[in-house]
Amino acid sequence: MKIKDLSSLEYITPGTGACAGCPSTIGLRIIGKALGKNTIGFLTPSCAVASMGLTPQTCYTFSALNICFASAGASAGGAAMALDALYRKGKLQGEKPVVFNWVGDGGTYDIGFQGLSGSAERNDDYIHFCYNNEAYSNTGNQRSGATPQFALTTTSPMGKEIGQKNMPLLMLEHRPPYVATASLGYPMDLYRKVEKAKNISGFRYIEIHMPCCTSWRFPPADTIRMSKLAVQTGAWLLWEGEYGKLTLNGVTASLAEGRKKPISMEGYLKLQGRFSTMFKSPEKEKHLALIEANIQRELEFMAGRAKL
Amino acid sequence: MSKVFGSGNTACALAVKDADVDFVAAYPITPQTAVAEKIAAYIAEGIMDANYLPVESEHSAASAIAAASAVGARVFTATASQGLLYMHEILHYAAGGRLPMVMANVNRAVNAPWCLYADHQDAVSQRDTGWIHIHTASNQEIYDSILLAFKVTEEVQIPVMVNYDGFLVSHSMMPFETLDENKIKEYLPPFNPSWRLHPQWGGTFGNVTYSEQYVPYRESLTRDVKKAGEVIVRCAKEYQELTGRWHGGYFDVYRLEDASFFLLSMGSMGKEMELAVDLLRKEGIPAAGLRLRVFCPFPKEELSVLLPDGAKLLVFDRNLVYGSAAGVLLQESRAALYERRDDLRITGISVGLGGEDLPAVLLADRARQMIQEVEK
Repeated sequence: MKIKDLSSLEYITPGTGACAGCPSTIGLRIIGKALGKNTIGFLTPSCAVASMGLTPQTCYTFSALNICFASAGASAGGAAMALDALYRKGKLQGEKPVVFNWVGDGGTYDIGFQGLSGSAERNDDYIHFCYNNEAYSNTGNQRSGATPQFALTTTSPMGKEIGQKNMPLLMLEHRPPYVATASLGYPMDLYRKVEKAKNISGFRYIEIHMPCCTSWRFPPADTIRMSKLAVQTGAWLLWEGEYGKLTLNGVTASLAEGRKKPISMEGYLKLQGRFSTMFKSPEKEKHLALIEANIQRELEFMAGRAKL
Repeated sequence: MSKVFGSGNTACALAVKDADVDFVAAYPITPQTAVAEKIAAYIAEGIMDANYLPVESEHSAASAIAAASAVGARVFTATASQGLLYMHEILHYAAGGRLPMVMANVNRAVNAPWCLYADHQDAVSQRDTGWIHIHTASNQEIYDSILLAFKVTEEVQIPVMVNYDGFLVSHSMMPFETLDENKIKEYLPPFNPSWRLHPQWGGTFGNVTYSEQYVPYRESLTRDVKKAGEVIVRCAKEYQELTGRWHGGYFDVYRLEDASFFLLSMGSMGKEMELAVDLLRKEGIPAAGLRLRVFCPFPKEELSVLLPDGAKLLVFDRNLVYGSAAGVLLQESRAALYERRDDLRITGISVGLGGEDLPAVLLADRARQMIQEVEK
């Protein structure tokens, strides 16, 4: 299947309030084409909510409810389970909608983590999409648990001291039916994963890497370029897993097997204003070496995890 | 109709079973736990057709039933104390979102320090969330009020909290009667929501507003909370016609005839207060009991109507407004009766905190002290 063969269904109408170059809108368009019309989406406070339009207007064509920040796991799980009861009892007829969350890294890694972990352990029946732009971009770029080391945010004004947690792996270790990572730079890989998830029942988690031109400080036209570089450097790993069994995908598999050499991190990070302080630092070389070593270590770790 | 000898928690769980609830999410907390357990057992035994989400927290219990209500399910949860406090954010969200929901709150003291016993601090701390609060005092009243709460919440589209005192009621065995299925269906027809979060209906909900949109939402909520009081009284009367059972409207009143001292309280204390009124009457003190059933919306006018000229209102709060004379009931009463400040005398105390035992002799004694104060 090629990109031009995808459904003409659009989850977003023209007129969204999102920034130019916004990765979340690109991601929503792709997942919508895979999920189809019969869906219910839950959104926690994020750019995806702030940019959707003021009441009673909306730029979204899917049924959606804006919920509280820590609620994603329980609300989607509760709605899916309630729908199951309503269809079983004959109170609703037809095909049961697919329930999904469209939630940022804050609502996934940080404030929503407890609810999501509980939900994964219970194997609630929905797809959680984490659109990971590595910061609280909606509130003006504060650090989150997904912000990488040395990145500037307004709450890590000297550069973040520690790196991000491996959230998708943490979700995989709950042993749910499906966990995957994806990138906007590889849209057909994302599409395939969403389509696959759609046909599985139980808890499904797909995390999409979302280079945010506003918070990361790069030109809006470079969102896809940045997405590809993240994968090609090994900074973002593509993989999928079922019931804890992990498989590396695409470029990431090639990097792990040594069939491809990773592109240098310097080329990727230099394009991002959020690393400007690191590049001006006298310890620049040391910090870059540390970043590259951590990426190599993480790649080896995940390759080893894939062998289990 | 069948007779049951069971605890308050059993009465609550049986009412939820009988109300054809579609979805329950719950997290265990003393003294509510038996409700979460019994409903799970009814579903497992196949005598209740609902789905049950054993969530990892109360915040998630409230989040789950709010979303389930949005897709059009009849929903229930139960909690107590810290659990209710942990739900606080979602309580505001659910009322603002006009999501019909019923919750049982088994009143218990709040931390710190830890205390497991009856206290209304948990519930009164949720006064300003937009929820409707009903306080009950017997296992029969719990059973009947849960059914009533579903009827009310689905009509007014505002969530309802049914309260009963931890251990004193939740764990006390009392005889009570359930209702036949056909009578329940007559009283509480299947939930037919005015909208659903569902692709057949479409739309996105809870979008961002500016103040010009926000204000009308808030105005309609406060107007409808006020109106919900009348709906509660009407639904209670309909229930009385169907079953013969009556626990009161806004108030459960006791020995109003020729009374000039009115002892106002909520929950199980309000039942014990009837014995205190009897003790005072024996001494020739013209006392009456007012057990408040509807805390939110606070029945301002209805309280005033109950009080004749020159009446003395003695308020017993099982909660504290820190740094003030007593609790929330005293403040609400004074605010409600401000126009009659030259006519009435109002005083109050906080008693029974953390489950402190409140026998009738103690309540009568406190009443005498307050009478001395207002008669000065």
